[in-house]
Amino acid sequence: MSRSPIRQQFPILNQMMGSYPLCYLDNAATSQKPERVIQAMDDYYRRYNANVHRGSYQLSATATSAFEAVRRQLQQFIHAAHPQEVIFTHGTTEALNLLAYGLNKHIKPGDRILVDSTAHHANLVPWQQLAQRCGAELIAIPLTDELRLDRQALRTLLQQPTRLVALNHVSNVLGTVNDIAALAQEIRAAGAICVVDGAQAIGHLPVDVQQLGCDFYAFSGHKMYGPTGVGVLWGRLPLLATLEPMLTGGEMIKTVSFTQTEFGELPFRLEAGTPPIAEVIGLGAAIDFLNSVDRNNAQQQEQQLLQQLQQQLAALPGITLYGAHADNRGAIAFNLAGEHHQDVGILLDQQGVAIRCGHHCAMPLMDAMGLKGCCRVSLGIYSNADDITRFIQALRTTITLLTGE
Amino acid sequence: MEQPDQPLFALFLQQQPQLQQAAEAVAAANQWQDKYRLLMQAGKLLPQLPPQWQQDAARVSGCESAVWLYHLQQQQRHLYLADSDARVVRGLIALLLAGINNASATELAAFSAETYFAHLGLAGQLSPSRSNGLYAIVDMMKNLSK
Repeated sequence: MSRSPIRQQFPILNQMMGSYPLCYLDNAATSQKPERVIQAMDDYYRRYNANVHRGSYQLSATATSAFEAVRRQLQQFIHAAHPQEVIFTHGTTEALNLLAYGLNKHIKPGDRILVDSTAHHANLVPWQQLAQRCGAELIAIPLTDELRLDRQALRTLLQQPTRLVALNHVSNVLGTVNDIAALAQEIRAAGAICVVDGAQAIGHLPVDVQQLGCDFYAFSGHKMYGPTGVGVLWGRLPLLATLEPMLTGGEMIKTVSFTQTEFGELPFRLEAGTPPIAEVIGLGAAIDFLNSVDRNNAQQQEQQLLQQLQQQLAALPGITLYGAHADNRGAIAFNLAGEHHQDVGILLDQQGVAIRCGHHCAMPLMDAMGLKGCCRVSLGIYSNADDITRFIQALRTTITLLTGE
Repeated sequence: MEQPDQPLFALFLQQQPQLQQAAEAVAAANQWQDKYRLLMQAGKLLPQLPPQWQQDAARVSGCESAVWLYHLQQQQRHLYLADSDARVVRGLIALLLAGINNASATELAAFSAETYFAHLGLAGQLSPSRSNGLYAIVDMMKNLSK
């Protein structure tokens, strides 16, 4: 088996599942972690575990500088204008929830909120809750027959006053990509706030928030080779400053008395409580990892693998692909005719192949496609031709078992 | 909840000897391909649950596929009928019924799904995190008998 220098950095990949080598193709759910991320977290706990931002002693100063250095790393990684535009959260879900809560006072009864039809529940339910709290109207942005966002329909929707538009950067189910730079321009020109769920893009595409031009961008550390339990909400500073904190308590205040509390400055006013320090430090190591590889080249190779996989899948008997386009990123959704997606997943699992089968936290998309669920295979930076070969071979065996009786 | 009459339970019970044979065949198979082929064939021995009984109220939650389960107590025996829209789960249900359909309350209480499926060589299918929901089905069967 060929093992590239990138793949060698991921200890988990080199193992057997029973008598089959692990073939990990569920990267859209979570990516694996390189050695340096695991070591960075281990190192933090062994050498400088202390709470950040408040200690008067050296250990805390070391932890605080390491923690804040990651904020600046992230600032550079996504090209944010200021470090305080980078708000640490526990993941994309928390980022979008704290944003939706924070916008309470921005949304008035009758306001319109548009949401991408491919949205993950994390980029739909918080807006639905916000709409219910504020008496606003939640509207789904239609898809074209190709399961892409219908830009003409969005344009028509934007002709009426709209407060906020929540988009996917990359669909977690289909892998389809929205042209955020173009969409954000139209959305902001229409006077609406443009929010982007970048959870599935951050590990697969260069993300430059200046070039994207949206107002908010959320992503998770664990989908970019970092640890679980840490994520980021990026926002334009003037807008971020108007958010009402969802969580209040320690770290986020300036002064507190029993009669009133004055909140602190950004980013801390949106980061109440002790942050996930080890995870932030692990995320910093994940950025080091990504900066250490030729990302353009890696992304190009991943893209070629994805296209090969699309073609090989489409050529198998009874397999239907959903919304599969050459410019998709990361994921492919499919079903086997007449068979339950769960059966496919269980039989692949017997052969060491890890994929996801279900509704993928996108029930409205499943409804729009008329499906109970589907299978999703998703690639990472370490995926290689062997993974594709093993997966296709295992899927052939699965098809024979299910249909060849 | 409205539920099927006794004759449908009897129809499931009629299959018991064949289901038990199928379970033995699964236990005897060595290769996973053979085990799963036999498991899915066992699923085909189950009578089809008529569409009117594929009710949401009878669905076992915690399964990725749809699983419907009904229970009837007859004298001191607990009868079940169940179905799923997925082949592997339907097969697992067939094996489960082979093990505990028509059991007494004492037998049900003593039934260990872990031991039973380990005997069949399918222990891996039982871990609680698995989306097939086999644990949820067994729990539901035991709860319905109480």
